[in-house]
Amino acid sequence: MYQALKLPLDQCHRFINADGTLKHTIDEQEFPLLLECYKAMMQIRIFDKKCVSLQRTGRFGTYPSVLGMEAIGIGVGKAMEEEDVFVPYYRDQATQMLRGVSLYEILMYWGGDERGADYQNCRQDLPNCVPIATQCTHAAGVASSFKIRKEKRVAVCSLGDGASSKGDFMESLNLAGTWKLPMVFVINNNQWAISVPRHLQSGAERLADKAIGAGMPGEQVDGNDVYAVYRAVKRAVDRARAGKGPALIEAISYRLCDHTTADDASRYRANEELEKAWEFEPVKRLRALLENKGLWNESQELAWAEHCQANTDKAVELFLNTEAQPPHAMFDHLYAELPTQLEEQYATLLARHHA
Amino acid sequence: MNAPLKELQPNAKVLKDQTLLEAVNAALFTAMGNDDDVVLLGEDVGMNGGVFRATAGLQEAFGNHRVMDTPLAEALIAGVAVGMSTQGLKPVAELQFMGFVFPAFEHIACHAARMRNRTRGRLSCPIVFRAPFGGGIHAPEHHSESTEALFAHLPGIRVVIPSSPRRAYGLLLSAIESPDPVLFLEPKRIYRSLKSDIIDDGQGLPLDTCFTLKEGSDITLVSWGALVTETLDAAHELEAHGISAEVIDLGTIKPLDEATILASVMKTGRCVIAHEACHSFGVGAEIAAMLAEKALFNLRAPIARVTGYDTIMPLPTNEHYYMPRTNDIVEAAINTLQYE
Ligand SMILES: Cc1ncc(C[n+]2csc(CCOP(=O)(O)OP(=O)(O)O)c2C)c(N)n1
Ligand SMILES: [Mg+2]
Repeated sequence: MYQALKLPLDQCHRFINADGTLKHTIDEQEFPLLLECYKAMMQIRIFDKKCVSLQRTGRFGTYPSVLGMEAIGIGVGKAMEEEDVFVPYYRDQATQMLRGVSLYEILMYWGGDERGADYQNCRQDLPNCVPIATQCTHAAGVASSFKIRKEKRVAVCSLGDGASSKGDFMESLNLAGTWKLPMVFVINNNQWAISVPRHLQSGAERLADKAIGAGMPGEQVDGNDVYAVYRAVKRAVDRARAGKGPALIEAISYRLCDHTTADDASRYRANEELEKAWEFEPVKRLRALLENKGLWNESQELAWAEHCQANTDKAVELFLNTEAQPPHAMFDHLYAELPTQLEEQYATLLARHHA
Repeated sequence: MNAPLKELQPNAKVLKDQTLLEAVNAALFTAMGNDDDVVLLGEDVGMNGGVFRATAGLQEAFGNHRVMDTPLAEALIAGVAVGMSTQGLKPVAELQFMGFVFPAFEHIACHAARMRNRTRGRLSCPIVFRAPFGGGIHAPEHHSESTEALFAHLPGIRVVIPSSPRRAYGLLLSAIESPDPVLFLEPKRIYRSLKSDIIDDGQGLPLDTCFTLKEGSDITLVSWGALVTETLDAAHELEAHGISAEVIDLGTIKPLDEATILASVMKTGRCVIAHEACHSFGVGAEIAAMLAEKALFNLRAPIARVTGYDTIMPLPTNEHYYMPRTNDIVEAAINTLQYE
């Protein structure tokens, strides 16, 4: 079990080591960006914790935490341009936040309300995708539309390590390579697909190598190093925008949480492995780096944490005070216009629920 | 609600207070213990014992060559089960939720259901595809639909839906023994809510009959899956109004035991069909059509359907608006009884 955890982290591309020292130098100009990344990672971590506790206290639906994987989402979000399109799976709150999805919208969706997918910003981004890997095919379609219309935009598609086993992923990869689509696949390899460990998904040592058969570059990066993720995705996005085709990035990370709030990982995962994984976590290392550079200190940390908590609480309050949709909301967006044939059912619903 | 327990066979154990999940688990244990050809495959079925714990303990007991955690790919799971079954294995393939059955659909429809026919009986696919289904547990998107009709429409497969722990045990054993592919849908809303004693004697229940859970003379209520609970509640409420309702649980959706339903409706002259699936083009429509064909002149009132709507199942906040309730069944029955 440790093997899956240790081995790729030593081999993959990284700038910031787990202790906050640098493996490769980072240009001074990039530090403001790193600071933004750090702030965003903290925001998502604090927000995420609140989501889990809302579920625990019965005010939320099943929720997939991003604990430990914040650097992937933030790195991806920072590498994208506003006009690009993000095609997420369901563990992409971090990227979504940077895309402009509000914390309130994220709460609404996971709180069980469709309005949480009606993003007020990033109107062309696709909604969360629950049927595993199907979003990859949609991303290929989004990228195809850019190509057909000769737009310099890129589709970025996110998926889990488990999702890489599905035909939809392999088929999309194949098409992207064949049509040289302007798209980037990012695998959040958190070592687990619910209870199934990474080595039971594929005999390949590196999921990034799946790119080879599809005729595109594939790269493994340390998914707990936000700068490594950012750099790799940025390079891939720039390349795709320049018409040079797709790329696959495998971001190595670790799921420090249960699969979702409905899961209990202690049933199938050794606690030692989890403890070990905390040593590599993404937030701590970035803080250490920023502190070493004199760009961050304890009082800033406290003030920012308070700020993030306030943002979270504000969104949560709004969410908790939002009235549920009326019963007939289930008909309202079913078709562009409600077919007259459905009016009888609509009336039955209203009669049953006196709305 | 349950028939009295059968006479105890030698070797039979009584399992006390079993949930539907535990009944599924017990049936799998018994089937695997009795027949080395029974194998299990699916996502998270091994080490984790299934996301609902339906396969708990089976990998420990029978080894990972017989209880297999597959890569995450439903088309693969179903296709591999097809291949295994052609060689005489009896795979029980778990689809983690019915909402994720669609990649497997091709193998169910184009291969499992047709292999016997295509090869004139030379090869066959004795597979059980298990999947939890239905709403009412506040699950995320795609985890709450009832799409049994999509499968009931396919020639060559059976569709079986238990509505109690005992029927889950007996029907699953028979499904595994069935020489033909079976889609075995487990109503997850009642996975843990109903409990009953089970005799773990390896005896299956028939896959060719409906179950009459309550006899009555004024009206026939037909249902299946989780909604059988509300249908029985409705029958008891009707009793209080002096109305005697007969309750039929389909158990096996396809092929449909028309005789039991027909005999009941011939007697009562009235029928309400209750299902959680969308209203149109469903199993309820099939039953109504059958009654129109074969019992029209015995009907004393139009057949009524109490169903979900032809809408996408709402996310958890508004899910309850979609779900048919006991009271909706009671009202439909009373309406039906108002015809003379
Ligand atoms: C097609 C499909 N099959 C099964 C599921 C149930 N399921 C939800 S998440 C999950 C594991 C996904 O693992 P991975 O792709 O590694 O993503 P992670 O959740 O670890 O981020 C499974 C099997 C699903 N959502 N869709
Ligand atoms: Mg994973």
